[in-house]
Amino acid sequence: MRRSLRTLLLAAALLYPGPLMAQLVIPEIPYDSVPDFLKMPDRIYMGEAVGVATNSKGNVFVYTRTGHTNVGLGDSRAFSKGGARLFEFDKTGKYLREIGVGVYGFNFAHAVRVDPQDNIWVIDEGSNNIMKFNPAGDLIMVMGRKPESLRVPALAPAPPVPAPTGRGAAAAPAADTSGRGPSGPPGSGIPGDLFNRETDVAWDTAGNIFVSDGYVNARVAKFDKNGKFIKSWGSKGAEPGQFNIAHSIAVDAKGNVYVGDRGNNRIQVFDNNGELKNVIQSVGAPWAICITPGAHQYLYSSNSNGTADMNNGEIYKLELDGKILGKFGRAGKLLKEFGSVHEIDCRYENELLVGEITNWRVQKLTLHPAK
Amino acid sequence: MRRCPRFSLALGLLLLATPVLAQPQTLTPAQQRAKAKAQNVPEIPYESVPNFLKFPTNLYLGEGIGIATNSKGHIFVYTRSQETRLFEFDKTGTFIRELGEGLYGFAFAHAVRVDAQDNIWAVDEGTNTIIKFNPEGKVVMLIGRKSEAVGGLEETPAPGSPVPPAQPYRLSRPTDIAWDAAGNSFISDGYGNSRVVKYDKNGRFVKDTGSKGSLPGQLSTPHAIATDAQGNVYVADRGNSRIQVFSNDLVLRAIYSNVGAPWAVCITPGPHQYLYSSNSNPDSNNSEIAAVTGEIYKMELDGTILGKFGKPGKLLGEFGTVHQIDCRNPDEISVVEITNWRAQRILLHPAAAAAGATGAKK
Repeated sequence: MRRSLRTLLLAAALLYPGPLMAQLVIPEIPYDSVPDFLKMPDRIYMGEAVGVATNSKGNVFVYTRTGHTNVGLGDSRAFSKGGARLFEFDKTGKYLREIGVGVYGFNFAHAVRVDPQDNIWVIDEGSNNIMKFNPAGDLIMVMGRKPESLRVPALAPAPPVPAPTGRGAAAAPAADTSGRGPSGPPGSGIPGDLFNRETDVAWDTAGNIFVSDGYVNARVAKFDKNGKFIKSWGSKGAEPGQFNIAHSIAVDAKGNVYVGDRGNNRIQVFDNNGELKNVIQSVGAPWAICITPGAHQYLYSSNSNGTADMNNGEIYKLELDGKILGKFGRAGKLLKEFGSVHEIDCRYENELLVGEITNWRVQKLTLHPAK
Repeated sequence: MRRCPRFSLALGLLLLATPVLAQPQTLTPAQQRAKAKAQNVPEIPYESVPNFLKFPTNLYLGEGIGIATNSKGHIFVYTRSQETRLFEFDKTGTFIRELGEGLYGFAFAHAVRVDAQDNIWAVDEGTNTIIKFNPEGKVVMLIGRKSEAVGGLEETPAPGSPVPPAQPYRLSRPTDIAWDAAGNSFISDGYGNSRVVKYDKNGRFVKDTGSKGSLPGQLSTPHAIATDAQGNVYVADRGNSRIQVFSNDLVLRAIYSNVGAPWAVCITPGPHQYLYSSNSNPDSNNSEIAAVTGEIYKMELDGTILGKFGKPGKLLGEFGTVHQIDCRNPDEISVVEITNWRAQRILLHPAAAAAGATGAKK
C-alpha cells in the first residue's frame, strides 16, 4: 500500500507541469472521522456549523447559525437580533461553555478563528462585525458596524404579479445603509473600516489583521494590530487580483496572504502588501482554506459541495506553492462525508476539524498520509 | 335484541331508496365540491379519551399540527406554539420532555413521523427542512435547508406567482414524510413545489415526480404521505380532493377521489393494512364548508371505504381541522387539531359498526 502510494506521488510529481494546470494523478489520503466528536449538552443544539477553530490547548470553538434571527418591528423599520451562538468545547469534545450570549453582533455566523495569543475572533456576516474575545471570553475589540435596521418591505401591490420569485431566490430588499460605510456600487472594493458581509480573518506575525470582505464589497482589507485601517485591494470580477466572493483567508509564516476566491475557483496569493504573487486554480472552489503552523507549512482547501447539491466535496492538501499532495472526502450525509464544509481548522497537520453547513455538524478527521 | 339490527337494516335500505329523504338540504356549489362523493358510508362508533395529554404547568399546546407514536407507544406532538415545539409524552399521556428547543430548523411545524427504528422526523414548512432525531433526541440527519437570514426580510411571493423549478436538495414548504422497508424516504413537497421526492436511506436524491395541476399525476398541495408494506406511496393531494397512489418508483397506480380533501393520511402496520384519511373541516372561517366536512374515513388500501367517523366541533370527540393522524394501532388512533389546539386519542369500535350495519342509528 505504502509503496504504491509513493509511486503515485512520484508519478504526480513527474506529471506536475506548473501551478496553473491540474494534476493528472492526485493521491487519495486515507482518513477516519471520530464518531460523535462534539458532545452537546441536553437542550443545546448545533445549527449550521459554519465556523470551527482550536486554541493552543486544543479547545474547540464553534460558531453556529442556530435559533432564529428575530426581527422586532419599529414603525417603519425592523431590528434584528440573535440567530448565532459561540460554543467552547475541550479537546475531547466535552462542552465547556457558551461565549457571547446576547452580544449585539451575533446575527448570522460566518467563521471563527483563534489567533496566536488564543484570542477568539468571531466573524458575523449578518451584523458585519468582527468581534475579538480574549481567552477569558471578554469582548475586547470590535470591527465594522451592524446595520441599524432592516428595511420593512412595502406591502405587495395588487396584481400584476411581479417577476418570478421564490423563497430564497428573491433579491434581498435594500437594507438600511446606516453602518455600511461609504457608499458605492456593490463590488467596487470600497476601502475603510466597515464591512459588507465579510467572511474571514487572518493575521501575520506582526499582528496585522487581514479580512476577506466578502460577499458584497469584494476586497481584502489590511488593518494594523490595533484595528486601524491600512489599505485594501480588489474589486468584483474575474481578472487577476479581483474577487468573486472572497470566502476564506489565511496567512503563512512569511506574511503572504492566501484568499479563497470561491466564485472564481481559485486561490489567489498576495504578498503582505497586496501584490499578487500566485494563482492556484486546480482545486475547485475554495470554500475554506487553512494553513498549518510549524516549520513546514501546508495548505488545505475544501472544494465543498453547494448547499443545494451533492457534487464535489473533496478537501485538498497542498504545498504553499500550490503543488497538490493529495485529497480526501466527498459530499454526503454519513460520517466521513461532507455537507458543504465551511471552515477547516488545521492546527495539527493530520488532525483536522471541519464545520459543515448542511449536516449541522463538526467532524474531527484523522488523516493517514503515506510518508 | 337480535332482531333489532335486522329491522334497522331494512329500515335503512328503505331510507336509501328515497334519496330526497336521505339528503334533505340542497347543497351550495361550494359544498358540492367540498363534500366527499362517497355515499352511504357506515358510521364507525367511537369515543375520545378525556384529558389525553397531561401538560405540566405553564406548558401549552398551540396549533396541533403533528402527532406520531413510537414502538413503545410514546407520543410526539409537533406544535405551532409561540415557538414551534416538539413534545414527547409516554403512552399514558404523561409529559416526558421537549426535543429540539431553539433548533435552527424549528419555525413553523407541519408534521412529525416516527420511523421503524423509532427515529423521530420533524417536518418544518417554515424553514424548509426535515430533521431526523435519533430516539435519544440527537439530530442525526437533515434534509433541505433553511433560507439564509442575512438577506433580510423577503417579500412573500404573491399567491399564484410562478414557482421556480424544484431542486434535488431543496424543499419548498414540505408537508410530510414516509419510508419504505429499505429506508428510502418519500417526501410530499409541498406548498411551494408540487412534487413527491424520493431519497435513499443516506439522504441521496433518487428521483421526484409531479408538477402543479389537476391532471393524473399532478399535484395541488400534496399535504400528507404514507407508504404501505409493498412500498407503494399514497399521496394526499388535498387541493385536488384525491389520494394518488404511486409505485415505489413513483409511477401512478391509482386515484381515490371520493373521500373529500385528504388533509391527513395514515396507513396502519400489520398484515392487514388500512388507510385512514381525514376530510378535515377548513381552518379558515368557513361554516359553509365545515357543514359538509370534518369526517375521517377508514379504507382498504385499494380504496374501498369501510366506514367513517367524526364531525367538526370543539367538544370532546369533535374535530377542529384534523392535521395529522397516527394509526399505529388501527382501533386506537391519535389526531391533532389546528383550531382546537389539542390532541385526541380516539377509540374506534368498528365491530359494533359491522354488527349494526348501515343505517343502524336511524
